[in-house]
Order: sequence, then structure tokens, then C-alpha cells
Amino acid sequence: MSALPASSPGYAHLVGRWGRVAVISVPMVFLLLVFLLPFLVVFKISVSEMDTVFFKDVLTFKDDAVFLALKYGNYISLTQDALYLTAYLSSIKIAAITTAICLFIAYPFAYFLARSPADRRPALLMLVMLPFWTSFLLRVYAWKMLLADAGVFNNVAIALGLIAEPVKMMNTPFSLVLGMVYTYLPFMILPLYANLVKMDLTLLEAALDLGAKPWQAFWRITVPLSASGIIAGSMLVFIPCVGEFVIPELLGGPETLMIGHVLWNEFFGNNDWPMAASVAVAMVALIIIPLALFNKYQAESTAGGRV
Amino acid sequence: MSRLGRRTGFAWMGGVYVFLYLPIFTLIVFSFNASPMVTNWGGFSLRWYQALMQDTEIIEGFKLSLKIAFATGCSSVVLGTLAAITLHRFKRFPGRTLFAGMVNSPLVMPEVIIGLSLLLMLVSVQKLFGFPDRGFATIWLGHTLLGMAYATVVVLSRLQEMSPSLEEAAQDLGALPAQVFFLITLPLISQALASAWLLTFTLSLDDVVISAFLNGPGSTTMPITIFSRARLGLNPSVNTVATLTVVVVSIGVLTASVWMSRRERRRAQEMAAAYRKVD
Repeated sequence: MSALPASSPGYAHLVGRWGRVAVISVPMVFLLLVFLLPFLVVFKISVSEMDTVFFKDVLTFKDDAVFLALKYGNYISLTQDALYLTAYLSSIKIAAITTAICLFIAYPFAYFLARSPADRRPALLMLVMLPFWTSFLLRVYAWKMLLADAGVFNNVAIALGLIAEPVKMMNTPFSLVLGMVYTYLPFMILPLYANLVKMDLTLLEAALDLGAKPWQAFWRITVPLSASGIIAGSMLVFIPCVGEFVIPELLGGPETLMIGHVLWNEFFGNNDWPMAASVAVAMVALIIIPLALFNKYQAESTAGGRV
Repeated sequence: MSRLGRRTGFAWMGGVYVFLYLPIFTLIVFSFNASPMVTNWGGFSLRWYQALMQDTEIIEGFKLSLKIAFATGCSSVVLGTLAAITLHRFKRFPGRTLFAGMVNSPLVMPEVIIGLSLLLMLVSVQKLFGFPDRGFATIWLGHTLLGMAYATVVVLSRLQEMSPSLEEAAQDLGALPAQVFFLITLPLISQALASAWLLTFTLSLDDVVISAFLNGPGSTTMPITIFSRARLGLNPSVNTVATLTVVVVSIGVLTASVWMSRRERRRAQEMAAAYRKVD
């Protein structure tokens, strides 16, 4: 038998032709049916009219003719009703602030983690992952205990005589962003760490030998080299934050209306499925560019290219 | 790194760890609180644990969540492994970009969108064919979509760091593709399969949003119950559930990692022994 080329595309024939088709088509069909098709259904329903208990079909057959009834009303009210616009803007703002704070905390952390002794790194990394394995819902709830007016922080501060009156922290933008940063921090740390730990340190030595100051070397070598990790981490935080529902529901307040809540309310509160569907379509439009960026990064790293 | 740099690093990392663990620590401490005021310490007591034993809503929800999480772990690992092999092996096939996009998107896609779109599709299917009813199966389907994405990432990263030479050797010695997969590839990625299973199991056990969209009458999972209680205010039952979860998860993860590192060491020894025989 002839020698096999070392690159992975070369050994595709390890699995026979039909095996290959089967391996690809099982997950492919699953994703088409459970991921792509639902989006098309949402799109269709977003332009349907709501009947008394159910949405009407877009296409109707009557007297041997096909009737197409599209309703753009939902999209018009999305742009004209101040509620939706406010919710969209505040979702983007909160997600952007959360991403920035996560990056600010996670970058030095990942940097120091990547430079710590190699035998200690697995344990330190495990400590970052461990909270991620315990319930996210319960950890968000814990912040409620800490931040409430009669919560742990206020009680301790009053007992120590630092403050006389409880400080209002719960149900404010502060508590919301804190909860979001807390939840999504590991998603920022992991790609940054994966990137920084692989960095070629001789490049930094070369820069220092050539007379660069340490901070110059940091900004001009380390940061540009870790750009793909920064993008991946930022997208992993930003995109889910835009549509986050549970955290604003538990920690947010009247000033922090977010689009996930609006969608939920249209669906469960008002039972207006077409409206909820158009809110979802508009949300997808909002995150489609970050999503494309994220997919590009993932495609690069799965193709075995630069990470 | 300079001494100042090392100290800054130490302080920064310490600060982040405190931030990550403070809420968990608080939950555990206050689960043993005797006072009905959740955040006022009133002495040690196990009364909330006793109350939990009588809490049928939580217990029934937990049983259901456990079943769904178990099923999700299995289906996600199977689909995620197939997807990871597809992405790793087959660099060119029609629809690869679409495939990769569909696998990766659920990792970041807001859950309200996943939940809503799946529900609207299932309702349309039900209108046409009269099934499925919302409940166990539909929640399982939604969790599998999310879990598959995570499982793919875990398995794919293992496949990428694996050297192709062992599979090639088996192939050269006349093993059929299926034999290569079951005798060589599968044992080599078994660790990644175990972590993917655990990860998707915990994801499913924790999910609120997708379950809330896809559940039906009589299929309220534990997180949905906890979420609705936590929404109303502080509730001691939530603390006890949290403590039990933390204990179980910590034991599970620690056992798994010890077991895995032992296996890894044994395999390294076996490999070394095999090479010695050849010499």
C-alpha cells in the first residue's frame, strides 16, 4: 500500500464513500431540521397575521387559487414603537459594556495564567472552569443575596459602621452588569488563555533585545498576536449577552429593559406569536455580523489554521 | 517577569478567583442558616434541608431534569462526535461552510431565539401531523441542539491534537474503516467523550430558557421551578439545592479528572512499553 500523506485530508479514504456520506449526513440533517428550518418558520410566522388562537397561514388555497397574505405590520411597529427601540439600544449598550469589562478583567488574568508555572496551570484553569460546571442559575441567584437591600454586603457594611443606610445595588444597571460579567467571564478567559499560552516568547525577547520598553513590546507584539483570541472571546460574550433573559430577569430593574424580555413578554404575556417572531428576526439581524465574525474565527481554528 | 509584575499577577488572579467563588461560598453558608430571613445569620441549622425533602415540586422536577440531562448527554455526544469527525476529516464537501456555521452558532445564539424558533416549528409540525406533544421529547430535542455544539468543540479539539499515525498504521495493517474507528479512534478520544458527556449533562440540567419554551403541562423541570421562585425573591430552598449541586458537581468533576489523569498515565506507560518491545 502506498504511503499516506501526513496531512489529514489525505486519509479521508479511511472511511469508505458510503461511510463518509453517513457520517456527514446524520448531523447535517439534524441541524437542517432543528436549527435552520425553525428559523425559516420564525421568518414565515413573523409576517403572518394572528388569528384568535393561532397564527394564520401565509399561503391559503381558496377557489383553486393561491392567496399570499404578508403582513409587515409587526416590522413597522418594531421601528415606530419606542419600547422596541429602547430595548434594542439598551441591549446593545449593556452587552457592549459587559464585553469591555470582561476583556479588561480577563486579559491580564489570562496573561498571568499563561505565564504561570506549567505544572500549576491545569489546576488554575480547572478553578476557572469549576464554577461553570455548577448551575449558572444558582450563581446568578447568589448575587441577589449579596446585593439586596438587606443583603450580605449591606449587612456587613452596616455592622462595620461603614454606612448608616443600606445602599441600593439590586435591580440597577450596576447589579445587572455585575451579574453578566460574572457569568460570561470564563467565556472570555478561555479563548484568550488558549491564544496566549501558545505565543512564541522569543518574539518578545527579540523586541526587548532591540530596545523596546516592556509596555511597547506588550502593545506592539503581544496584543496584535492575540487579536484572534480577543475577537473570539468578545463575540462569545457579546452575542449571548444581547439576547440574555435570565440575568436581567433576576438582577435587572426597570431601567434595564432588554430585548430578550420583550420577546418573552410578547410570547408568554401577550400571546402574540407573530410579534415575538419579528422581534426574534430583528434580534438575529442585530447579531448577524458578530455571528459571522465568530463563525469565521471558529472555521479558521477548526481548519487547523492560526488560532 | 519582574517581581512587581509577579505580585500584580498574583493579586489580579487572586481577585478574579475571589470574584468567581464568593457567590458560591455565600450560597453554601446561608443554606445552613436557621433564620427564615435568608441573608440574616441566625445560627446553624439543617431545617431547609428537611424542608427540601418534603418539597415534591422540586423533587419531581429534579427527577425529570435528570432524565432529560442523561438523554441529552448521550445524544449530544453521538451527534457531536459525528460532527467533529466531519469537520476534522472532510475538508471539502458541498455545504461545509453552512455545516460549520450551523454547528457553531448555537454556542452563542441567544437561547430565547433557539427556544422560540424550535417551539414555533414544533407547533407547525404538530398542526400537520398531530405530534409531537410538548414535554420530555421536545425539551430533549432543544437541549441536544445546544449540547451538540458544545460536544463538537470538545471532541474536535481532541481530534486535532491526536496524531493521525496510529489510524494510518491500523489501516496499513488491513483494518477496515469501522475497525479503525472503534478500535483506535474511539479509545483515543474516550476522555474527550466523557468530558463532553459531563458538560452537556450539566448544561441540560441547568437550562431554563429553552425548557420554558418547549415544556408542556406536567413537564416542569427543576430549573424552571427554581427560576420562578428566585424571580419572586430570596428563597431558602434555592440555597439548599445550590449547595447539593455544588457538592455533587465538585465530587463528580474531581473524580472524573482523577480517573482521566490515571487513564492517561496508564496509556502513556502502555505506549512506552509497546515501543520498548519493538526495540
